[in-house]
Amino acid sequence: MSTVLFDNPGPVTRARHRVYTGVALLAFGVLLGFALWQLWSTEQITPDKWEAFTEPHIIQALFEGLLDTLSAAALAITLAVTFGAVFATGRLSDRAWVRWPSWLVVEFFRAVPLLLLILVIFLGFSSLGPYWSLVLGLMLYNGSVLAEIFRAGVQAVPKGQSEAAYAIGMTKSQVLAQILAPQAVRSMLPAIISQCIVALKDTALGYVIGASGILKVGKQIYISPLYNNPFATAVVLAVVFIIVNYSLSRLAVYAEHKMSQRGATTVENVESTTGA
Amino acid sequence: MGPDYLSELATSLADGFLVTLQLIGWTLLFSTILGTLLGAMRVSPIAPLRFVGTSYVNIFRNTPLVVVFLFVVVGLPGVGIGPSFFWRAVISLSLYTAAFVCECIRSGVNTVDPGQAEAARSIGMGFGASLRHVVLPQAFRAIIPPLVSVYIAMAKNTSVAYAFGITEATYQLKALIEDFPGSLWFNFAGIVAGYILIVAVLSAIASGFERRTAVAR
Repeated sequence: MSTVLFDNPGPVTRARHRVYTGVALLAFGVLLGFALWQLWSTEQITPDKWEAFTEPHIIQALFEGLLDTLSAAALAITLAVTFGAVFATGRLSDRAWVRWPSWLVVEFFRAVPLLLLILVIFLGFSSLGPYWSLVLGLMLYNGSVLAEIFRAGVQAVPKGQSEAAYAIGMTKSQVLAQILAPQAVRSMLPAIISQCIVALKDTALGYVIGASGILKVGKQIYISPLYNNPFATAVVLAVVFIIVNYSLSRLAVYAEHKMSQRGATTVENVESTTGA
Repeated sequence: MGPDYLSELATSLADGFLVTLQLIGWTLLFSTILGTLLGAMRVSPIAPLRFVGTSYVNIFRNTPLVVVFLFVVVGLPGVGIGPSFFWRAVISLSLYTAAFVCECIRSGVNTVDPGQAEAARSIGMGFGASLRHVVLPQAFRAIIPPLVSVYIAMAKNTSVAYAFGITEATYQLKALIEDFPGSLWFNFAGIVAGYILIVAVLSAIASGFERRTAVAR
């Protein structure tokens, strides 16, 4: 295997790599062993810390919490896609009085930390309750990021396409709706799926305002004196999120692969992969 | 909303953003070191190193930051490791951000055309020389924009520390309302202005770097 950094190894290099592999395995083995020993000696991997997760009612509560989390994420994403489409259209408008407010809204909600946004919606509009504060916060933030992705997608369509459409007498909105948007959606699909993963991860911020979800269930488990197992609970929560998000990110890779086969360029967006 | 409130707002914001800036500074340092190390592991020819690097990225990219905080801030003391709350927040943010730094570095190295390294080898440069003179300078330039996006996201993510008892900028929102009921939107505006300033400074530094390393192609 030859990459930019190293050539195909010869026999001497292969022998050296075998030595390095052995050293690396040993080092990681020692590290893992030390971590497990530390966990064992502080009684974190004893059965009583984990027995909570064998009880049917707790498994059921976690499952229901996950459903709450997924429903909040699904609702937030649906609203965010709508919000993003509206404001992306606004930013592409020819009219300055539409373009500038759209720019301001998008830039503002991208710059504010999501947690602060959720918190201020929760405190400022207390009648909304934690669930809707979380969903609205996620909508405003992810919608703004999506608006930028949509705009990049529309602008990535070759200029000749819209020129041809104008030439056959289509209006600006017809060009956007019938020529640019369908092609843009194709190139944006991977970025949109990545943003869905971010929104799902960010639902965890609902923990701060006590929104129902898998983290709230987790908190109820680890603070109960019966279990008192924050470490074990965090492991379980992390595993659940990793499984769900990793499956979604495989979907994004698959979509990207499909798109590249059909010759479309895909829109890259770093912001969409970071999140909190 | 008299002068009392304004002076209280100013001191609260100063206190809060001092902590936020400290969180950002230490996290920037640690996540860059750890992320570079992981990035080097992911592009190395040694299989176990690549495996550990890949696993790390997959684990931390798919775990919400709040859960990472839960591990480190609430879980770690139970394992017998308990630095202060501030340092536990720095550890959480650094572990999380390092996964994204790692991905930037890996993709940056991959943007360099393999032909460049082959050309360097063919004129007799060794591994170190071709890395230093040919690959890294080009990779570095490609890395800057995505890396800055990661750092900006990290700066905003320091607000999560509020949920775990760190008295940083976001914490001041609630603290101020308790003293001055009805001041919510003013506090929000003040804190948002602070974050926007931090993001603007990070972006300005980045575009300065980009200009200096720009090359006409």
